[in-house]
Amino acid sequence: MKRVLSLGLAAVMTASLAACGSGSADTSGNAADTESTAAEAAGTTAEGSEGTASEGGTFKIGVIGPLTGDNAAYGLAVQNGAELAAKEINEAGGINGYTVETQSQDDEADAEKSVNAYNTLKDWGMQMLVGATTSGATIAVAAESYNDNMFQITPSGSAVECVENPNVFRVCFSDPDQGTASAQYIGEHQLATKVAIIYDSSSVYSDGIRENFVAEAANQGIEIVASEAFTADSKTDFSVQLDKAKEAGAELVFLPIYYQEASIILKQASDKDFHPIFFGCDGMDGILTVDNFDVSLAEGLMLLTPFSADAADAQDFTAAYTEAYGEVPNQFAADAYDAMYAIKAAAEQSGITPDMSWSDICDAMVPAMTEISIDGLTGTGMTWNENGEPNKEPKAVKIVNGAYEMQE
Amino acid sequence: MKMSGKKSNLMVQNAVTYGLVIVFWAFIQILNLTGNMTSLLNGLLVPICTYVILAISLNLTVGILGELSLGHAGFMCVGAFSGAFFTNAMAGIIPSVGVRFALALVVGAIVAAVFGILIGIPVLRLKGDYLAIVTLAFGEIIKNLINVFYVGIDSRGIHFSMKDTTSLNLEEGGEVIIKGAQGITGTPKASTFLIGILLILLTLFIVLNLINSRTGRAIMAIRDNRIAAESVGINITKYKLLAFAVSASMAGVAGVLYAHNLSSLAATTKNFGYNMSITILVFVVLGGIGNIRGSMIAAVVLTALPELLRGLNNYRMLIYAIVLIVMMLFNSAPKSLEMRARVKEYFKNRRNNTVRKEAA
Repeated sequence: MKRVLSLGLAAVMTASLAACGSGSADTSGNAADTESTAAEAAGTTAEGSEGTASEGGTFKIGVIGPLTGDNAAYGLAVQNGAELAAKEINEAGGINGYTVETQSQDDEADAEKSVNAYNTLKDWGMQMLVGATTSGATIAVAAESYNDNMFQITPSGSAVECVENPNVFRVCFSDPDQGTASAQYIGEHQLATKVAIIYDSSSVYSDGIRENFVAEAANQGIEIVASEAFTADSKTDFSVQLDKAKEAGAELVFLPIYYQEASIILKQASDKDFHPIFFGCDGMDGILTVDNFDVSLAEGLMLLTPFSADAADAQDFTAAYTEAYGEVPNQFAADAYDAMYAIKAAAEQSGITPDMSWSDICDAMVPAMTEISIDGLTGTGMTWNENGEPNKEPKAVKIVNGAYEMQE
Repeated sequence: MKMSGKKSNLMVQNAVTYGLVIVFWAFIQILNLTGNMTSLLNGLLVPICTYVILAISLNLTVGILGELSLGHAGFMCVGAFSGAFFTNAMAGIIPSVGVRFALALVVGAIVAAVFGILIGIPVLRLKGDYLAIVTLAFGEIIKNLINVFYVGIDSRGIHFSMKDTTSLNLEEGGEVIIKGAQGITGTPKASTFLIGILLILLTLFIVLNLINSRTGRAIMAIRDNRIAAESVGINITKYKLLAFAVSASMAGVAGVLYAHNLSSLAATTKNFGYNMSITILVFVVLGGIGNIRGSMIAAVVLTALPELLRGLNNYRMLIYAIVLIVMMLFNSAPKSLEMRARVKEYFKNRRNNTVRKEAA
């Protein structure tokens, strides 16, 4: 009986693997059919690891992010932002006269799944990558893309190691930059001297910012009176952390976390009659869109963010995004949108064409990235250095009357 | 006469199991040579090997020892971090990545085994649900502990902290290896499919030999009737602990393989949490508790399936769930058992008939 079972399962296994092999052959065959015959020859000969020459006149840009699971909001925003940018670029005549095509793959914010998503996109014929969305996934994918020499720009992978490889660039600030910039801002504007931190110790993003905030706080004469952690498994009740911050006499609570948890913290702090200044980073952007959240609780909240949907220069984008996807864009969408325009600018600078292999495209794009300057949603006059880091100014905003107000 | 028949049957069964692994390897080589290999499948090979090893090792605990463990991802996590730590820490001393990886596999196995023994001593006194709950807690504790560990290395040795990287007091040129929630980054990609297959064969060799040895029979005797086993003089604690530690060390090896396949290693709920423990348990349950070969096949199918169904976008989650249910029904519903018995009977009769005809 066991033998029958195992034979049956073996058959299923073989069938599924065979299906995979033939399935991919089918898609590449179809793609070749629809394109010119010359490209068909190229498509069949160059099927290998060193880079497939793409068919016809389309740049294929892959997008990776968590489209399902806990972090789906970020991945979907990145997907939508990139799609919207691709649509606009195509309507405006494409890149160097060629159209742009995007495909998004789900990575569930997991490093292993992200590499699978990357490989799936490679099978599709991806030439450049916008992704991944989360830091851990970006680091894992960056190692693969470096081996393949594939051009990669991550909209929101903020950990330092994300852009270690020369082929990877990023749009967002790095975690250290955000932590240091926050401490400097608080110090220079003398917002507070006694600061409490509530952070997510299981999040790379949160922990990375906190670490650098603490390091810079010492230089700014800020005293850290409490540093309280929570984890992804315990993010529904923050009474303990808030009580400790309150007892320690914190004048300001620094929240290097995402807005979902922050909305609970604001609610519970108000219930406890604890009213310090709350200060967040770019993950805080989106707090005004949380369902069933009393926006008046966020009054006076300050955050450093590169993007504000209410800002004057983002109005066109916000309107187009809201119309297409039925929600107000957050900074992930803006980062992905800027990533697409950075690719466009660098592609025009280097004069690449879709019939080049991904490796040649990467070789041309990497030097071009350091020569361009774009006015994006997340910063004006953005430039990139050889390390892949963007150069842009963080903007501090304060929530006044339920809307962002720019601060100096 | 009867005894030797049983033995040869066992040999055949084991040979089929080893053969299946080698056939799988050969199949992949053929795909490679004929150019039918996709990047996706290529990238999936090492994870598949990892999960097969995990399924085999958990089957030892659940199927052979008969204890429900829900913390297997915890041992994998321990192995992954100790192995990756070793590889990164020894970068200056042993320049060859291959040698470091080989040693890391040993380190991962040993550390996981030590944890297996440490956890096993108190835990194996418990039975049934209680054991399951404690192992579950262990897995979660390990994951959360690793998230607050900061370990660095400099010329003075290894520095350890649970606060942050600055409190490590590293010298100039010192390197932080485990960075709290950010985990270990930059582990060289040393895992290959061939190494994975060899490790599977090694795990199989250990487990199958263990099962069919005196020790294995003692372990199964404990599973089937603890009191009877004790009454014939079997040392319950010793054999339970042995099986548990062997199982843990193999999970550790799988962890090392996992860690050296990705350049970023962080203990998240996704990879080393409760869900992973359950996923491994699903491989074992669907493949058949105590059926090593079945759990291997289940691991391959259930790892590859969601990835191969990527074309269906979010429906793949739905299909994955349906496949789980169908497999479960096929494996254990009374009707399906009946049907399978009938099918088997039919084939047996046919074979007997042909044999009889030949004899005639």
